[in-house]
Formats: sequence, structure tokens, C-alpha cells
Amino acid sequence: MDFTTLIQLLDSTIRSATPLLLACLAGLYSERSGIFDIGLEGKMLAAAFFSAAVAFLSGSAWIGLAAGIASSVTLALIHALASINFRGNQLISGVAINFLAAGMTVLVAEAWFSQGGRTPSLVGLARFEPIKLPFADQVAEFPFLGPIYAELLSGHSILVYVALAMVPMTWWVLYRSRFGLRLRAVGEAPEAVDTAGVSVIRLRYQAVIICGVLCGIAGAYMATGLQANFTKDMTANRGFIALAALIFAKWRPWHALMACLLFGFLFAIETRFQKIDLLGVTLPLQFVQALPYVLTVVILAGFVGRATPPRAGGEPYVKER
Amino acid sequence: MTVPAIELIGISKAFGPVQANKDISIRVMPGTIHGIIGENGAGKSTLMSILYGFYKADSGEVFIHGKKARITDSHSAIAAGIGMVFQHFKLVDNFTVLENVILGAEDGAPLRPSLAKARRILTELEREYELHVDPDALISDLGVGKQQRVEILKALYRQAEVLILDEPTGVLTPSEADQLFRILARLREEGKTIIFITHKLREIMEITDTVSVMRRGEMTATVRTEDTSPEQLAELMVGRKVLLRVTKTPARPGPPVLAVEDLRVTDSTGVERLKGVSFTVHAGEVLGIAGVTGNGQSELLEVLGGMQLATGLISLHGQPLDISGKYANGRARRNDGIGHVPEDRQRRGLILEFTAWENMAFGYHHDPAYQTNRLLMNNAAMRRDTAAQMGRFDVRPPDPDLLARNFSGGNQQKLVVAREIERNPDVLLIGQPTRGVDIGAIEFIHQQIIALRDMGKAILLVSVELDEIMALSDRIAVMCDGQIMGERLPDASDETELGLMMAGVKGKAA
Repeated sequence: MDFTTLIQLLDSTIRSATPLLLACLAGLYSERSGIFDIGLEGKMLAAAFFSAAVAFLSGSAWIGLAAGIASSVTLALIHALASINFRGNQLISGVAINFLAAGMTVLVAEAWFSQGGRTPSLVGLARFEPIKLPFADQVAEFPFLGPIYAELLSGHSILVYVALAMVPMTWWVLYRSRFGLRLRAVGEAPEAVDTAGVSVIRLRYQAVIICGVLCGIAGAYMATGLQANFTKDMTANRGFIALAALIFAKWRPWHALMACLLFGFLFAIETRFQKIDLLGVTLPLQFVQALPYVLTVVILAGFVGRATPPRAGGEPYVKER
Repeated sequence: MTVPAIELIGISKAFGPVQANKDISIRVMPGTIHGIIGENGAGKSTLMSILYGFYKADSGEVFIHGKKARITDSHSAIAAGIGMVFQHFKLVDNFTVLENVILGAEDGAPLRPSLAKARRILTELEREYELHVDPDALISDLGVGKQQRVEILKALYRQAEVLILDEPTGVLTPSEADQLFRILARLREEGKTIIFITHKLREIMEITDTVSVMRRGEMTATVRTEDTSPEQLAELMVGRKVLLRVTKTPARPGPPVLAVEDLRVTDSTGVERLKGVSFTVHAGEVLGIAGVTGNGQSELLEVLGGMQLATGLISLHGQPLDISGKYANGRARRNDGIGHVPEDRQRRGLILEFTAWENMAFGYHHDPAYQTNRLLMNNAAMRRDTAAQMGRFDVRPPDPDLLARNFSGGNQQKLVVAREIERNPDVLLIGQPTRGVDIGAIEFIHQQIIALRDMGKAILLVSVELDEIMALSDRIAVMCDGQIMGERLPDASDETELGLMMAGVKGKAA
């Protein structure tokens, strides 16, 4: 494998990792607050559809993004209502949201566009085009570092940079801000937060809404950045992979970035190579395609060490009586 | 006349059909320690949770320093200068002391300035009140005594003028409790007002200036502590005269019945919970196991009761019992004549959603008397036995068809004790016999234990209440960290010595 191929592979890794990273950070906010969310998938899917549809109708990727976020936040609020106010089972609520999104997107797509459950292709301003970082052309010829900057770092859509910037920001919010302190506390010991005079319900709603916004960006990126339209089930279980990455990262932002890059790398291999020759054995495409999912199972089966979720996770908060 | 720091007028609160507080009025004077005493379920904690904004009262008014206050949530209570230390601490275990202290009282969005300020103020508070805790320690690494200090510091950091403590000594060793009392006295000197909730008469007499007594959701009296006596308070709590001391004759121990040698248990996380425990219980005596919760007493009872596997030797009448094989179970133990009143009656002693008669048959449902034929059980016989036992043990209401959940704590415990004692066991294991039980029922259960002893049975009593251990035991063994620290005779020892042993200080041989 030569240097150019490697750069291309890593470039593809970043693209594939972006929706995972956004969804993973979304889950981080929600789960740190004590609300388990397996509905990341559904929220991404809904956002993917509505962003593509609205971007097509309005001709603006930004308006599409806003619509995607709105749809994702709506689903997040349903989850919040069910699990915070009505103290429902958070897993069931999440599953319901996934079903709802899977069915609704295709149904509405067919009703609006009659193209077999997909949206028309987006062109021009309706897509998030790659942006070139300053001086990318000038330094491209520079050996080694030149291609890394010009090919690998430059030339992604704005949403990729947003996702990467979210990592240090989340770290700061979580460990260095008042909101983060309360967020971490409410996921561990909501009664401590309540008796300290802070509203548990409000904090959890804030966390779930942030989760919705990030899932919305993730979905919008898939349909209007990575691809140029919405197709049926296009998120392909990335929401669940993001959850696996979150557990792998033990609910920490920098580790989440690493975990998502690892999964992104496996997706990149799948897109880049049709088959892999490894020590004289040729691995078929199906095996390569299965890799991210195999890794997910391995992680969730607990082969990567003990991951302790936030202690109050999944438990509705009820004042003792 | 000075204005009361806290005045509650006509507070009522109901949880569904249960009236937890009925038209309660109370005045707490500034700069005093005001005790609130009452049995479990008398409504003390509910009343204070209302004052702290944790629950909302159905009716009634709150005045703070003479001004009417609207307390809608904990936030407004804190703003009004009220701090509360709950019975079960409200701390975040994986946070540092400093983080717990500032939680909810941060000065701005970035944490750093708040943390620095809290560190400074904590140092001042430490000097002022002798409340030392390492600000950077994780809560999970601190003992309960230290955790309680963090709760007090949290309240002081929020500039609480009135501090409510709900059953603060329940989790403490006697020496930790003494330290707490010193801190409280110091806080009173500095002009703070303290409301001290407890069900222990001794603590009321020791530390409070004024005491209010609650019974069944009502405030029955408020008196100056120096004008009252434990006997009078007990009568006010229960509504009738009660004997505070257990009357018993000296034990006449017979031959050894239960012998335990080098018992060891390792839990699922690899921590050794019992580290080689040995003792003997004779016929006709009560061996009391004293110790702070979580020092291996629960595991000891579970092993003896056949609920947990162990290594070592347990022998009954000289015959070894199976403690690690297929006969290490509750049924085998009961067949051998070992009755077991578990520590946690609601989870282990009863099935709350089942009726009294079903619960009374459990564990003994293999009894041939309870079988109609090979297929059917004789429910009528079980009901009849239950009704008879309920009569003998004065269980109220005496209705075998009532769900276990619907009996009070004391009556639930009477059901469990009746079930085990009525089977006439050679050995009775009894854990926390009076936890959450009202004084009237405590008296009754204690009498039953002594009566069983006088019938020549061997009794192993495990309790975290040192008073109870002292009152009932003929011999006392103290446990700490999975080991027996030593044995004492109740007459030849005192609470100070036992307290030291409970804290892990090895006593000299008896």
C-alpha cells in the first residue's frame, strides 16, 4: 500500500467516522444524564430523510440541516416525555422510535417524491460541498505533510469539522463547566442533584435535546454531505455502532473519537477494497463488510474490559417514599 | 421573647390513604438543638422533608425567623438558609468532596473559580468547626462518618443557619457518634440551629435542648429536655407505658449446640467477607454479634442459614453441617432444627405480595401436615395454623388472608419471628430483630427471644443496635472487617470498649 492509498483510506475513515462520532457524542450527553438511548439510529434516520427532503425542496442544505435537527429533536422529546415524565422503559421507547423512523421516512418519501422511498438527488447548494482549508493548494506539493494537510484534513464538508470540534468542546463542557458537573451528577445520583436544589427533570431534558441536535447533524451529514439523497435505511445501524463505540469509550469524549475512528476505518476498508489479501488468504468482500458489525458484537460482549455505565442510567427518577 | 428560627403551623401531608402528618405545629428556637423523636413511620422524616422542600405539604404554613416562607422545592429551602443531612446520604460517589460541595451552588459556568473558592471556604470551615475532610478525596473512598461530614459541609457551604439531621447516628460507630455530637455542640455555640431527628431516647437526652415527640403523624408534645425523662418520652411515643429494660434472669448455659470454626467467605468480586470466624453457642444462651453494618455479619447469617456457600466448619450437636455442597440450603438447615429470622425481612423474610398464611407456611411447606395428598396442599391447615400463631404473637390485624405488605413493620416482624419460633428450633438465628419495629413490638419480640432462651435453645443474635445487644446477650462477640475482634460479657464491658472493638481496635482478652 503506497502513501497516496493510505491518505485516501484515512480520508475515507474521517468521512465514515463523522456520523458515528456525532451520534456517539449525542448518546454521551443523553446517557451521562441517566437516559439510555437506543433510539440514536431512528433519530439519525429521520434527520437524514427530512434534511434531504427539505434541502431538495428549498434548495438549501442549511435549511435542510435545520429540518433534520428539528425532526431529530422531536423524536428526542418523545423519548424524553416517555422516559422522564411518564417513567417509561427507556429501551422500549428507544425501540419504538427506531421503528417509527424506519417506517415513517420511507412512507413520507414515497408520498412526497414517488421514487420508491428515496429522495431526488441533491445538487449545488442543496448539498454540503467540501470546503478547502486555506493554503491547501499551495502546500499540496510539499512532501509528506503537504498531502496530509491538503488531502486528509482539507476538503471535507463543514459538518465534519463541526463533529471534530465537538470533541474538545464536549470534554470542556463535561469536565470543566457547571452544566457538565450537574450532568455527570444527575446520571450517577439524581437524588444528590435534587437535594442540591437543581431540577433533575430540566437537566435531563437539556441533555436529551442536545442528543437530538447532534443526531440531527449526524443524519443530515449522511444524506446531504456524505451522500446526495436519502435512501431507505441509509443509516445502516450506525446508531447502534455509535452506542457500541460509546461503551467502548466508557462514556468519555476523547475515547469516543478514537473508537469512532476505529469503526470509521473499518467502513473505509470496506469502501476502498473489494477483497483483502492477508498472508496469502483472500478474504471475500462480505467478510470485510461484516467487520464493523463483528467488532460491535465483540465490544458489546465485553471483550474490551469492564465498562461501568452511569449508575442511575435507565432508571426513572422517583423521589423516595 | 425571641423569634423562632423555624415555625411550622398546621402542616398536613397525606400519601394516598396514609396521613403522614396531621396538623403539625412546632417552634424551633434559634441557637438550640431541637430533637424530634418518634417511632418509625411516625412522620418525622416526612415533616422535615417538607421543611426542606423535598415534599410539598397539603396544607400549613412555614415561618422562618418570623417571616412567612414559601418553600416549593429544595432550592427555595436552601435559599431560606435551611440545610439537611438525609439518613441516606445524597452524595455522588465518584465525585470528589469538593465537587459534591459545589454541586448546585456553583458561581458561574466555568468550574475552576467555584472549586478554588470552595477549597478556601472548606479550609475556613474546617478550622471553625473541626470538620476535617480531604477536599480531593473521592466520596467512595471515604467512610460513612466522613461522608456525613461532607453532607454537613455542603449545608454550611450554602450558609445554612438551620441544619436538619435525619437519624444521623444510624450508620456510625459510638465513637463517630460522639465526634458528631461534639461538632453539633460547636455549631450550636456558633449560633446555628439544629433539628435532630432520631428514634433513640439516649441521644435525645444527651444532646438536645428541647424535644418534640411525634406519634402516628401527630405532634404529641414539646418539652424541655431537662424537664423530661426517657420513660416519659417513651410513653409519649408509644401512647402507653413501656418497659425500656428487658427483664431476664441470668442464663443457665448447657452444652455447646452450634460451633463454628474458621469460617471463610469470598464474594463474587473476590473480596473476603469472612476471614476465619470461630465461636460457639451453648444451649440456653444468647450470643450477641455486635458490629457496624457491613462487617461480615450478614454473610455470617447467610452461611449459617444455608443461603451462601463457605469454607470452614459448622457443627450442630457435634455433627458437621454441609456448607459448600448440595445440602447447604435453607431447607436442609430447617430440617436440622435451625430457625432463621433474616436481617432484611421485606426481601428475605417475607414475600410482600403474598398473604400472611402463605408467608407463614414458607420454608415449612414440605411439612406432611400441610399436604392433603401427593398433589395438593392443605391450605386450610396452613390458614388454621397461621390464625393460631397470629393470636399467640399478637399480630394485628389477625387476618391470615391479608397481604404481608399491608402489615406494619412491627407486625411483619412478628409474623417472621412467629413462623421460626413456633417450629421449636434448637438454634435460632435472628438478624436485626427490631429494625424498623415500633417500641411496643420491640418489647414483645425481646420477651419472645428471652423466653426461647429459657427453654434451653441456642440463640445467635446479630444487631447493629448496641443497646439491643447489651440488653439481650449473655455473651457478646464483636465483629469488624470479617473477623471476631473478641468476646465480652455484657456486665464486664461497656459501650466505649465495645465501640472501640467495633472500630477495629483489638481488645485485650476477656
